[in-house]
Amino acid sequence: MAADQQTSRASFLKAMFAITWKDLTAEFRSRELFSAMLVFSLLVILIFNFALELDITTRQTVTAGVLWVTFAFAGTLGLNRSMAVEKDRGCLDGLLLAPVDRSAIYFGKVVSNLVFMLIVEAIVLPVYSFLYDVNLFNLGLFLVILLGSIGYIAVGTLLASMAIQARTRDVLLPILLFPVAVPVLIAAVKASEGFLAGNDFGTIYAPLSLLIGYDVIFIAVAYMVFDYVVEE
Amino acid sequence: MRGLDFEVQPSEFVALLGPNGAGKTTFLRILASLSRPSLGEVSVAGYRLPDQAAAVRARLGVVSHLPLLYGDLTAEENLRFFGRMYGVSNIEARITEVLEMVGLASRRRDLVRTFSRGMQQRLAIGRAVFHDPDVMLFDEPYTGLDQDASVMLDDVLRSVAAKGRTVVMTSHDLIHSGDLATRFDVLSRGVITASATRKQLGKTNLLSFYKKALAD
Repeated sequence: MAADQQTSRASFLKAMFAITWKDLTAEFRSRELFSAMLVFSLLVILIFNFALELDITTRQTVTAGVLWVTFAFAGTLGLNRSMAVEKDRGCLDGLLLAPVDRSAIYFGKVVSNLVFMLIVEAIVLPVYSFLYDVNLFNLGLFLVILLGSIGYIAVGTLLASMAIQARTRDVLLPILLFPVAVPVLIAAVKASEGFLAGNDFGTIYAPLSLLIGYDVIFIAVAYMVFDYVVEE
Repeated sequence: MRGLDFEVQPSEFVALLGPNGAGKTTFLRILASLSRPSLGEVSVAGYRLPDQAAAVRARLGVVSHLPLLYGDLTAEENLRFFGRMYGVSNIEARITEVLEMVGLASRRRDLVRTFSRGMQQRLAIGRAVFHDPDVMLFDEPYTGLDQDASVMLDDVLRSVAAKGRTVVMTSHDLIHSGDLATRFDVLSRGVITASATRKQLGKTNLLSFYKKALAD
């Protein structure tokens, strides 16, 4: 029994990392998803730079909001593209035909989508810092970005798998995703603001624990329902 | 589909013929555990669906009119990926063996998006047999292939069936089905209206058998 469990855990992890390897190899070759996300993010922060009144105090207060709006929009682009690749040549069926727990497919896609999102964020942060003249080197902020991205991608990957079945998938994903991801985004903005303003940990604790809570809930729900979402 | 009763013996090659909209693809998707029937019982290779779906999928190779391959990966990367998903041992040796079988050994490091439709379909068959399944499901494998590619696909399908695998192929291409299959079932409006083995068909023309089955 224990040996069976160990084998199935090994095949789960093997399948999960095979999907991540496949996504990263294909993406680093084509750079379609990555360049779309990156160019879009840079354009958004550039537009905000011109659109907002940027005196010293405003800069401090808008930073968290602008960053998370940028990450959320760019993330949607990436999620859509990542699932469209699976649908294009019937590849999703190829994945679903594999004799593995289907949640391994979900977690494999989550890891690769998260890697793409974190790479884009790692490039956007210094550019934002330069354009808005704000110091973003803050370990607390990095932690919030990681937790917020995990929550956003966890729920986004599940909803993208649903939206991909529809004809209007490009429009459907943001309509489904933004209302569900609102708690993650609000908690992420509040926690980011707290760290950037140098507030004491007591005031940041609430949004931070909310963020961790949402991450756990979203991952657990996705783990339970993914099989039903992808089956016809 | 309603009241569909279908059974295949090991090593049989069944061609499931029928017009567009007869339910061939839906039926094959149910057998492949990609769709769930609202009623009825399905078992493949002795395993029940949907309870033992993972065991069924491990013994199943599926080829559809879509290649189920990644365009931005090379031929060998695609096979390596599916090998990992199926837990195939000795993957590198198996890649060489399968690519030679489908005649793509010289293109192993080329991206799949640069392949012609015929080459993609051959690689799709290589992907489907990579884990050495007992049962093969082919859904309209000749769609979009020219004459040469179809002849080449015939050879690959023959070599796949020659290994004693059970094959179910949906098609409305009577010429190719007639050459390959050992049994012909006609599916019309969701039910099987006629079934005959190659022996039972004798000198009867497959086209007349098919037309008669649809007329009945």
